[in-house]
Amino acid sequence: MALQKGIFGRTRALENQIDEFLDKISEAGLVFNRAIKLYLKKGQCKEFDALLEQCAGIEHRGDELRRTIETDLYAHTLIPDLRGDVLSLLEDMDYLLNIYKANLYRFSIEGPEIPASFRKGFKELTETVVTCVESVVLAARAFFRDIEAVRDHNSKVMFHETEADKISTKLKKAVFTSDLELAHKTQLRYFAERVDELANEAEDITDALAIYTIKRKI
Amino acid sequence: MDLTVLFFLTSGLFLGWSLGANDAANVFGTAVGTRMVRFTTAAIVCSVFVILGAVISGGGTTHTLGELGSINALAGAFMVALSAAGTVYMMTKWGLPVSTSQAVVGAIVGWNVFSDSVTDTTALIKIFATWVACPLLAGLIAVPIFKLVEQFLHWAKFHLLRLDAYTRLALIFAGAFGAYSLGANNIANVMGVFVPVSPFTDFEVAEFFALTSVQQLFLLGAIAIAVGVFTYSKKVMLTVGQDLLPLSPVAAWVVVISHSIVLFLFASQGLEYLLASNGLPTIPLVPVSSSQAVIGAVVGIGLMRGGRDIRWQVLANIGGGWIITPIISAVVCFVALFFLQNVFNQQVYREARYELSAPVLKKLSEHKIPTKALQELRGKSFNSGVQFLDALHEKRVLTRDQDRAALYYAQTGKFVIESEKIDLLDANWLTSSQIETIRNLSGKTFNYRWTLAEALARGTTEWRLKENTKVDKLYNKDINRKLDYVYRTFSVDE
Repeated sequence: MALQKGIFGRTRALENQIDEFLDKISEAGLVFNRAIKLYLKKGQCKEFDALLEQCAGIEHRGDELRRTIETDLYAHTLIPDLRGDVLSLLEDMDYLLNIYKANLYRFSIEGPEIPASFRKGFKELTETVVTCVESVVLAARAFFRDIEAVRDHNSKVMFHETEADKISTKLKKAVFTSDLELAHKTQLRYFAERVDELANEAEDITDALAIYTIKRKI
Repeated sequence: MDLTVLFFLTSGLFLGWSLGANDAANVFGTAVGTRMVRFTTAAIVCSVFVILGAVISGGGTTHTLGELGSINALAGAFMVALSAAGTVYMMTKWGLPVSTSQAVVGAIVGWNVFSDSVTDTTALIKIFATWVACPLLAGLIAVPIFKLVEQFLHWAKFHLLRLDAYTRLALIFAGAFGAYSLGANNIANVMGVFVPVSPFTDFEVAEFFALTSVQQLFLLGAIAIAVGVFTYSKKVMLTVGQDLLPLSPVAAWVVVISHSIVLFLFASQGLEYLLASNGLPTIPLVPVSSSQAVIGAVVGIGLMRGGRDIRWQVLANIGGGWIITPIISAVVCFVALFFLQNVFNQQVYREARYELSAPVLKKLSEHKIPTKALQELRGKSFNSGVQFLDALHEKRVLTRDQDRAALYYAQTGKFVIESEKIDLLDANWLTSSQIETIRNLSGKTFNYRWTLAEALARGTTEWRLKENTKVDKLYNKDINRKLDYVYRTFSVDE
């Protein structure tokens, strides 16, 4: 038992770290969703700032975990055939954390005024991109544990990404057909695009993941 | 200590080094090639287990001389080992996995031609069969195993990292097991011929740890193998595990396991005995070689994937290496023996004499061999097996098996049962009744191996061969090995 613990202890610790890293992305999605809903309801407020800080903390921990995992994988020459793929996957997933944090900072810095008629659209867009990111997190988990399930999660990512594109396009059209100032319209379009970027990034990760999965199967 | 013996020993050590440099790739090539096991780790595990295998299982009391047993002069054995080692070294330099024992058999053929001895054609047929049957079997076994493993992994759903850890461990275990067998099976080829002239003496530490002179000799050979693994095996390992076909770690393990299964199922007389003694059908024994089995398994997996990833040029080079290894070895040995004999004045073989005397002819007719046509050869003496066989062939009456029997019965020798030699016999290996029977023959002289064998068989049932059935095959093999040991011990120059 002790021998088994010794041999597989490092592996188990690393497995836990990867799981925690993916947990952080899901957690950041929930915080992001809550923060945007709060912003749409109350604008910039103390609770929003607290959620922003929470998201920044999650992103920081995510960075730490990613670095530790990468160092361990290289230091102990683990999964030599797939190490490059796993590293790319982790870095791409980490980028999602960065986008979550950066978007909340943008809201905090620029404090865009979102007219009531567009709030539903922004809320819908946020919910869809968070679901899309959650699907890519599940796909990434499946890549580590259940390779056959990757495809199912990937197809959900594609679906949510298309939905997000539709919502974002509809939202942007509505913004530009409104009576708002051009500067205001441009700012709202910018925010819609930044939020939608999460779904686009998730889709890019899915494409790469499909290739990694084929390589893992061989 | 005789310096000549030490000098001759160097060729055995060189052969051991070549074996380590080349054959380690069979057990650790795929693990190192897929970067699952570091070369240093592989080399350490391989060396330790080769040494353990050689000393524990190879260096016991088997007294096997390996392939070189047929060489009857030390200088000849030196050159046979040197030629084989040189050939394997050359192949290793080119990064080609070859069979060391085939290089040895090739060199023996060179010695046979030089000394006018008869080459057993079955040995050559075995080599050809190994090139074809062994990779084919390994490939056919690797494919279903790979599919099964794939299904199992699909069901077990291991985490990628856990699977990595399990595969790594499995590769190290399989490699260690393979290295142990490598040491146990090949040490006789490397050092066996030097057993009778071992410069070492037995030693014992505090009664619980003892090393016989044979074990010390085998330890030395195993260290040579280990040095070969450390210094020169990486290139061949990378050919097997990387250059021929890019393998996944799991496929790497499947290759090692398939190769072990082929060796176990199709080459294990122990398994045949176990099946036969329980009334079960046996698996036909096929000549196999671990180098050929590993390549067959890799190619099998490659073909299963559609064959696109296989580097055919590398495969062609490997196949070419297999074919030219025994040929080069034979040619080099023949030429080198010529120099050793004529330039350095060394006795590279002892003449074997054959004579169809009255008792031999009687013995042959007892075995229902037609002797009527052979009467003309009665009393004639032949100085080599080839001359004797040519004379037999002129009569055109004997089958190949009868040829072999005639060669056995007609070969003369001089075996004197000297009491001081009886005391030196290995009492741990021979039974007390077997030794007692030899003691009862003390002072007697025998002119044929078979007359000595018959005298021993008359003394005790423990020297008697049984009917040649699958169940008794191992028993007979053991008796024959012991008889060989007795012939060598009591043989004196005529």
